[in-house]
Amino acid sequence: MDLSPRTTPVARLKAVSHAYGKQTALDDITLDIPRGRMIGFIGPDGVGKSSLLSLIAGARRIQKGEVTVLDGDMRASAHRRRVCPSIAYMPQGLGRNLYPTLSVSENVDFFGGLFGQSRAERTSRIRTLLTRTGLLPFADRPAGKLSGGMKQKLGLCCALIHDPDLLILDEPTTGVDPLSRRQFWDLIGDIQRERPNMTVVVATAYMEEAARFDWLAAMDAGRLLATGSPAEILAQTETTTLDDAFIALLPEQRRAAHHRVEHLPPLAQTDGFAIEAENLTMRFGDFTAVDHASFKIRRGEIFGFLGSNGCGKSTTMKMLTGLLQPSEGEAKLFGRTVDPHDLEVRRRVGYMSQSFSLYNELTVRQNLVLHAQLFRIPNADIPGRIEDMARRFQLLELMDALPDSLPLGIRQRLSLAVALVHGPEMLILDEPTSGVDPIARDQLWTELIALSRQDGVTIFISTHFMNEAERCDRVSLMHAGHVLVSDTPDAIRESRGAETLEAAFIGYLEDAIGPTGQTQMAPDKAAQTTESAETFAAIKPRPGFDLRRLLSYSAREALEVRRDPIRATLALIGSVILMFVIGYGINMDVNAITFAVLDRDDTVTSRDYVADIAGSRYFTERPPLEDYADIDRRMRNGTLKLAVEIPSGFAQNVARGRDVAIGAWIDGAMPQHAETIRGYVQGMHKAWLGRKAQEIYGKAASGQFTVETRFRYNPGIESLVAMVPAVIPLLLLLIPSMLTALSVVREKELGSIVNLYVTPVTRLEFLLGKQLPYLAIGMANAALLWLFAVFVFQVPFTGSLVAFTVAALLYVFFSTAFGLLVSTFMSSQIAAIFGTTLMTIIPAVQFSGMIDPVSSLQGLGAVVGEIFPTTYFNIISRGTFSKGLALDDLQASLLPLLVAGPLLLLVSAFFLKKQAR
Amino acid sequence: MRIATIFHLGTKELRGLMRDPILIGLIVYAFSVAVYAQTRAMPDALNKAPIALVDEDNSPLSRRIGDAFLKPYFQPPEIITADEMDKRMDAGIDTFALDIPPSFQSDLLAGKNPVIQLNVDATRMTQAFSGSGYVQTIIAEEVAGFAADSGVGTAPTVDLALRARFNAGLNQTWFAAVMAVINNVTMLSIILAGTALIREREHGTVEHLLVMPVTPAEIMLAKVWSMGLVVFIATWLSLVIMVQHVLQVPIEGSLALFMAGAALHLLATTAMGIALATLAGSMPQFGLLLMLVLLPLQMLSGSTTPRDSMPEVIQMIMLAAPNTHFVTMAQAILYRSAGFSVVWPQFLWLAVIATILFSLSLASFRRSLR
Repeated sequence: MDLSPRTTPVARLKAVSHAYGKQTALDDITLDIPRGRMIGFIGPDGVGKSSLLSLIAGARRIQKGEVTVLDGDMRASAHRRRVCPSIAYMPQGLGRNLYPTLSVSENVDFFGGLFGQSRAERTSRIRTLLTRTGLLPFADRPAGKLSGGMKQKLGLCCALIHDPDLLILDEPTTGVDPLSRRQFWDLIGDIQRERPNMTVVVATAYMEEAARFDWLAAMDAGRLLATGSPAEILAQTETTTLDDAFIALLPEQRRAAHHRVEHLPPLAQTDGFAIEAENLTMRFGDFTAVDHASFKIRRGEIFGFLGSNGCGKSTTMKMLTGLLQPSEGEAKLFGRTVDPHDLEVRRRVGYMSQSFSLYNELTVRQNLVLHAQLFRIPNADIPGRIEDMARRFQLLELMDALPDSLPLGIRQRLSLAVALVHGPEMLILDEPTSGVDPIARDQLWTELIALSRQDGVTIFISTHFMNEAERCDRVSLMHAGHVLVSDTPDAIRESRGAETLEAAFIGYLEDAIGPTGQTQMAPDKAAQTTESAETFAAIKPRPGFDLRRLLSYSAREALEVRRDPIRATLALIGSVILMFVIGYGINMDVNAITFAVLDRDDTVTSRDYVADIAGSRYFTERPPLEDYADIDRRMRNGTLKLAVEIPSGFAQNVARGRDVAIGAWIDGAMPQHAETIRGYVQGMHKAWLGRKAQEIYGKAASGQFTVETRFRYNPGIESLVAMVPAVIPLLLLLIPSMLTALSVVREKELGSIVNLYVTPVTRLEFLLGKQLPYLAIGMANAALLWLFAVFVFQVPFTGSLVAFTVAALLYVFFSTAFGLLVSTFMSSQIAAIFGTTLMTIIPAVQFSGMIDPVSSLQGLGAVVGEIFPTTYFNIISRGTFSKGLALDDLQASLLPLLVAGPLLLLVSAFFLKKQAR
Repeated sequence: MRIATIFHLGTKELRGLMRDPILIGLIVYAFSVAVYAQTRAMPDALNKAPIALVDEDNSPLSRRIGDAFLKPYFQPPEIITADEMDKRMDAGIDTFALDIPPSFQSDLLAGKNPVIQLNVDATRMTQAFSGSGYVQTIIAEEVAGFAADSGVGTAPTVDLALRARFNAGLNQTWFAAVMAVINNVTMLSIILAGTALIREREHGTVEHLLVMPVTPAEIMLAKVWSMGLVVFIATWLSLVIMVQHVLQVPIEGSLALFMAGAALHLLATTAMGIALATLAGSMPQFGLLLMLVLLPLQMLSGSTTPRDSMPEVIQMIMLAAPNTHFVTMAQAILYRSAGFSVVWPQFLWLAVIATILFSLSLASFRRSLR
């Protein structure tokens, strides 16, 4: 692939600027990135490193300037399509583009499919990659249950599956423990040695990592500060370490804010323990996360907690805060056993969880104020307190920003400010410095030390940074739920005879798990596996529509459905239950109408008239009425639906042929109901008159006729027979559309949508691929409903089954496409759920002929009814069930269904974005 | 339990809602355009019913009958042949087909009691019932009129003075408008309260709340009052602006009493939303559960078809649903201008259901936090 000499840059940026609203992320950047090297972007949080990388990866739309990657303009979508198989992009955040419910191998397999690889090729590549990363033993574990380090390795596997020429990694080792980090970089180094043409571009906050790179670009405030090899940068700044060099490169005023962290003054003798843990144990099913951990922490002490990802640190912290109830053992805070209901202790503790858990919908200020209020700080003190926190953590200019728009490091600072806002006596901090740049980290530690030594705050902190561990009074090393060692940093170093704390820890860890070389492969074997991978390398993904990519998304979606059996079950069982409830419940017959009579005549004739009504199966007679007030009272409270008044002298007048009037009142609160009652009463009145006429004039009375009413298709006028075929279209709209309604917006909300941006998959493949599994569920649903209708409800099916099946397929295609359309437009899952509910139930129940025929509707409803496909499937469903119709008879109704689904799908594809903004 | 905490947490919910303009847009749409469309679409029980006439008599009388089917109740009758009739009904073109036999007029005058055949498409339940009654009445009136003109003796004239109370014109929009609002109330309150909780869980913020001096009951009450308030205000505005002003529906009873009932109903439905959210593990599951609950609530509460005509079992089961009582109460207050003395049983029912739902969902929320 790569024929150009190594000297041509892999990417050239010319005057690139980028802004989010008013906030400038990149400011006029011009830069050539050399090919075939290891490139590092370094700089504090929020200086635009991530934006720059996503522009190079093609994941974000270019606003201003020129980006040329692999010899083509990244603004041209044709070029992006051509080069994206040669680029791999791993976004920031632990496993953000992975699918947590899918297993390790399924995740890698999915990415292989997106690059159009055959099954054999994928299997071979997955094996190679998983072996090399040491993930093979965990191939079947869901990605969501992996530790941070393993997630990043898996992300790397997914990125490497298609042998990219340009590998872009955005803070790949943030939040990863030292051991895993070392393995990660060794792996990258090996791969780069094998594929010397591959360029690796990395953004990182770890300066010791950056020191290993070939070429660095230092950034600040959306601008470039310096570029060159680490040695050049050191020479340029006349410093010895990159950390120092980096600080030296910053503008004067930023540098002024930085102070070296003072050495920790010795801890004054304090009385008692702030935290006591005794045989603390936590089990999740078979898995023991924490196994008899014991430690005691004095008041005012800074206690460091170290260990690989997933070793039980966070679980221990959660038990201390009362978030988790220990399976065994006891934890005491301030001498009192941790009780989840003890609100008093909570007020004395500040906790910061590992993942960001503040409100994204509140601004920085609102978050701080809310927490201050919840911790019951007096209202008068709140503004001062917030001001103080904002100054300490440099949040002053960001007070009105939303956390979502802030980079990881600044969000961590906000979390810490929130944890401290109520001035707690104890801080429990779970990796507070992950992803935070060196300067901010030093500031933070200065604060922590001051809190501990001046205010006597006890600090229990977990970290992956060894220089932070050095600053603690004591540290504990945890592995696989056990505390391996717990002592002062110096004592730990001495106990292993190691030069650095890191070496000492790795020594302890290797004792516990055996040598790390286990995960590395013997060189000859590595060469062999790469070779087998090379044989496939010639196959490049085809442009245009590719079934394999589509099926890759289908397989992924199907797996997710399988992993969440409750959803599929709800969809199937739920629709049957709904059919029962609605089929039996909706009843158009009006019977048991309550009525009462005010009979002022009280003769044989009047009683005969009343008997006609009372004898009807539609009416139920209630005690007679006394007067008008009685009518009023009983109709107002709803106990009477019909009141009849027969005037005095009724019988006499009828006999003499004089005009008389009977009064009748119907409860009009439900107009439809009232109409039906009116029809009944009128019918009965006419019948009574006819009978009277015959009595008077004898049989030969002329002017007599009979209306013979024939109820067709449903001779018994059974509601069930009429309703069940109409319920099927309703349910086949609601359930399948709700199934797909979250599929796109969920990827947007959780971050995996980036896979659409940077892989060769097209929008149509993406949507259609997602749709297929739900189409299958929808058809299973249709079959189930049909079977229940015919065999359980015993609704006769008289028409063509082929016609019904074809129509159902087209219709379910429409309803799943409808869900996708909603999902494409909505920004949040909540809005998607609400929108789907709103836009399906009302049109399907009211405007599609389920209750009122579409031809009788008016206004907007009539328009919706005419174009809404449910109308047509209703006609087909009723036609095939009750009217014995076949495919030929239903062509007019099939046509709209045929058009609707594909049309919606195309509209969704049109509005779906292939790049972030 | 601390009122200030509940207040602050609730304010947070409201602020969060403000950040989602699409969601706000949907709420506004639901209470304005959707209500309007539903109301205006609703035909009066018999509106533009399609009818066809097979006139085998072709006499003055049969033509007179044909001319009597007028808008808005009926579409002008299509004159068709007997062969076409079946085909048209199969295709769902006509709901009614009237077949007037040959020599109908002469048979009638001769006192031979001729038979008119009325075919009704019984799959169209609403029109089938009330419509066939109408058709018969119209024919009878025309025949009577014709007989009177021809001087033939007729039956005694006993007039039936039928009047509908509370809605004299049997105006369907009155009913439809209020029921559309009521359905929105239920739908929105369940969705807002439920999703607010799931969002907190999916973003890990519930955990964060629980390390603070905040109890599960406070978290729940905060969601109940804030989301309830949003729906409450939307309902009130919708009734005053859309229903009374735009749709010109006269509301007879006390709006204040109705809103008091709505507040009670909201308590029950928001609690129900939270219970559903604790049952559902994720948003996708919640979406499905919502459909399973919402559809029966709406269709069987008496807002779509009258409760009286449902099977006893369903009527009994639906007594446990807050909607049922809310709908009954709304009809009594808004149409029949019933006072508290009439609707107190509904208030009691709602209060009991709200209390039970609230305790259940609190228990299940507590359990889900374990």
